[in-house]
Formats: sequence, structure tokens, C-alpha cells
Amino acid sequence: MSEILHKQLVIIGGGPAGLAAAIAAWEDGIRNMVVLEREDTAGGILRQCIHNGFGLHRFGEELTGPEYAQRDIDRAAELGIPVQCSTTVLSLSRERQITCISPEFGLQVIEAEAVILAMGCRERPRGALGTPGTRCAGIYTAGTAQKFVNLEGLMPGKRVVILGSGDIGLIMARRMTLQGAKVLACVELMPYSSGLNRNIVQCLQDYDIPLYLSHTVTRIEGRDRLTGVEVSQVGPDRKVIPGTQMHFDCDTLLLSVGLIPENELSRGAGVELSPVTSGAEVDDSFETSIPGIYACGNVLHVHDLVDYVSEESFRAGHAAARRIQGSQRKEDLTVKVRDGSGVRGTVPQILKLRKDSEESVRLMFRPAAVYKNMACVVECGGEVLMRKRAMIFTPGEMAVMDLKPDMVRKINGDLLVRMEEA
Amino acid sequence: MEEKIITCINCPMGCRMTVSMENGEVRSVTGNTCKRGETYAKQECTMPLRMVTAVVPVDGSPMPLSVKTEKPIPKASIHDCMRALADVHPSLPIREKDVVLADVCGTGVNIIATRNLG
Repeated sequence: MSEILHKQLVIIGGGPAGLAAAIAAWEDGIRNMVVLEREDTAGGILRQCIHNGFGLHRFGEELTGPEYAQRDIDRAAELGIPVQCSTTVLSLSRERQITCISPEFGLQVIEAEAVILAMGCRERPRGALGTPGTRCAGIYTAGTAQKFVNLEGLMPGKRVVILGSGDIGLIMARRMTLQGAKVLACVELMPYSSGLNRNIVQCLQDYDIPLYLSHTVTRIEGRDRLTGVEVSQVGPDRKVIPGTQMHFDCDTLLLSVGLIPENELSRGAGVELSPVTSGAEVDDSFETSIPGIYACGNVLHVHDLVDYVSEESFRAGHAAARRIQGSQRKEDLTVKVRDGSGVRGTVPQILKLRKDSEESVRLMFRPAAVYKNMACVVECGGEVLMRKRAMIFTPGEMAVMDLKPDMVRKINGDLLVRMEEA
Repeated sequence: MEEKIITCINCPMGCRMTVSMENGEVRSVTGNTCKRGETYAKQECTMPLRMVTAVVPVDGSPMPLSVKTEKPIPKASIHDCMRALADVHPSLPIREKDVVLADVCGTGVNIIATRNLG
């Protein structure tokens, strides 16, 4: 076992969140830092997202995933930020001691003054669905299929059914079609798709792939390899309606049924997690319940746009740098942010405020359902601080409420975020 | 008079718009909530455009190369574009923005690399 290394800052994960946090902290003067990345190159999930549409908010142009990632990789390299790839973190302790392993350095133990969690999220697997049937080959999460097709040049199958109409599933419907597979159907349990309209049109309609809303896969068939699936309609209670079965002959089933922040390490350290977001509970500097451990990006809450991930992670990087440099601000007031009606998973959950604050606070959440012509309200002790009306709020898009410094200074107690009639 | 139904892609509203066409020209757009919808519906009914992204195999690399059309191309050319890409075998090293295939299918649009390889 090697001696214990000391770092000011360790960032776990070299995707867009980890890289942005590292860049921000470096620019604030932190030099003794390292980014630990499990894969053999940085860039995270963006590397396999070869479609375009990333970066419109941040760069004012539409980039593909690899192009977006490369900008941060180049910036980190230009600054000289050490990114240690092929390194898996095995554990993180409450005292911010990290144990990691890599072919190059073997087992390493690192003590850090601050740690930023940026591990991203993972896909809900088949086991989370409880679909009856055999355990044959040919069932993949959409992201796994995306990795095969886009990073390894391999096709997982020829006749495909997709369960779930989230954006990754829709994107994969098009990818599989363009690579020569026949996509027979996209099946969605809910009466609406959580994917973008752009993807419904450009990934399904363009290729005449039917979208079955209020349907689900009710049987998986095949001994060694998948040979078919049974799809049935569900009622408003999401229960299967008997007698509505359809059958599809297919060799591949792709699952696009949700993402969950990957928090095994955080849990091991005793970081308090939110049952709603499945990510850490953080304050407005993205510090978790353990002092010196921060979280940002999809490990904190699943984002819709990478641009928001980068923005949030820059803030987390700056906050960690302030702690390391001892210039952390002392708060005058700590308040909680609660989800009200129609609002799920507001982040941050805690605000540490100063009376003379000149900073704005960004609250992000997912609407609990599709709301048309409604308003989102942030209130404090019954007084409305901010109200934003929109033609539509949907669970597929994050809602963002930016509280300006003058609103922030008015906060004198817990906040409630809720939807109401416009 | 011919009618087409178009779902708007500009925002989550996803307005279902009815476009009336005559001799290949748009006569009217209804069902849109804003101006962006009308513009999109007209474009979509006269000359629909799409970005195309794909991967192509590269000699000497276990990893394929991700590529994109530099600009959107006519939707009707997507499949021809994919067929043309099947015959492309770039060699290492490749830098982001390198032209992999010039003027794909006579569209006047180049296909470029979206990553470095080798």
C-alpha cells in the first residue's frame, strides 16, 4: 500500500461536470488538484452522444456531444489541469479520504481538502421494471446500445423495439434506423413523451416509426436471444388493459426508462441524499451535508441540458476554491427550499444567505406533470418573491427560477416553490 | 388545395399546425401559437432540412469516427447521404473539422469529423 497523497481538491468524474468544476477552481488559483476519470479519456457520456444540439445556451451554436466535450478537454489541457484516466474510485470517506485504483498507479489513497462529486448518472435497467418473460440476450439500455454503435462501431441487432420515449430512446431509434436496423415501435407508458418535440419529429416521424403512448411491454419472449415482445395498452392508472396485446417480432429491445444519479460513493461517505432527486442535498454553493464535499451535474440531479450542467459545475468549482482558500462566506441565515404543488426536486435544497448578498440564486426543478398556462411561484412566509408564467411547463424540461439579489435579500425564512393558475 | 399536419419543434408546446398548400406553395398556416411556428411550418413544407450525424469506420482504429454534415441538408437526401458515407474510409490521423466527404450527394455541404482520432 502506497503512502497517502495530499491534494487540495479532488474531482471525481471527468465528464462535463467534473471538467467545468476543475476549470473554475483552477482559474481561482487552486493548483494542487486532480480529476479522476474511470474511462480511458475524459468527456463522459458526451463522447457517445454524436448527435447535435448541445451548447446552444453556452456557446450560441449547436454542437455534437464530442465537440462540446472537446472544448472543456482542450481548456483543461491548456491550463495544465491533471486528469488521471482509467482510474476507478473505490471509496470516499466522511474525512474526504479517497481510495482509487488504476493500471498506472495501482492503489492510491488521497486526502483532499475538498472533493467535488461529478460521477454523472446511470440508466434504469430491466430489473427496475419487473417485466415478465425470459432472461434472453438482446435487451439493452438505450445508452449501452449507443455506446456499442457510436464508440465501438457494433450493431446490437436488426429488428428493434424501444421501451420508453425519453430523448436517449428517441435518438437511438434514429441511430439504429440510419445504421440499417428496422425500428418497429417506440412504446411509452405515460400518455405523453418526456422527449423533446424535435426528437419526436426528427427521430420517429421522419422514419415512420410509430409511437404508442399509454402502452408498455408486457412480455419478453425468446430462449437464448430475444425473438419478440408483447405490447399492451395501459389505462389512466397505468395498469395493463387485458385483451389489448400486440406482438412484435424483434431481436432487440432497448430501454429508455429513466436516469438515476450514481451515488454509491456519496452514500458510502454518508452524504445525505434526497429521496426525490436521488442526488445529494446541497446548499447554494453545492456543498453537501458533509463539509468540503460538493456535488454537481447529473450526480446531483438529472439535467435536460448539458449547458446547465456546466453552469452549475462552474459554481461548484468556485465554491470549493473559496473553501480551500479560506474565503468562504459566513452566512447570516440558513433556510430550506421546499417543493410545493406541481414541483419536484428543487435544487438547491438549502440556502445559506448573507444580509448584504450581491449574488443571485438559481433554483431548478422538474414540473410534476405537463402544465399549460400556469405560473411558477417562489414564496417566503406567504409573500411572493418571484412569479414566472409560461405557456407550458413539462417534466421533460427543467424549470429555472433565477432569484435576483434584491429578491434574495428579502428572504427571511423557508422558501416554497409551487405551481399555480396563471 | 392540399393540407399537411406539422408538429412544431421550437418549444415544448408542440403546436399541431395545419398547412394549406397549392402548387407546392404555402397558402396558409393555422394552429400555431407564435411566429416561429409559422416560419418552421413553411420551411418544413417546402424544403425540410436536417443535420445528419453518423459514425464511419477508420482503418487502423478500433473506434469509429463521429461525423456530421457541416450544415443541415435536405431531408430527402438523408438516406443517400448515409449510403455515400458507407464508402468512406478515412485514414489516421484525423482532427476535428477535417472534411471527410466533400459536397455530399451534390448538396454543396461537406461532411466533417466531430472528434480527433489517432
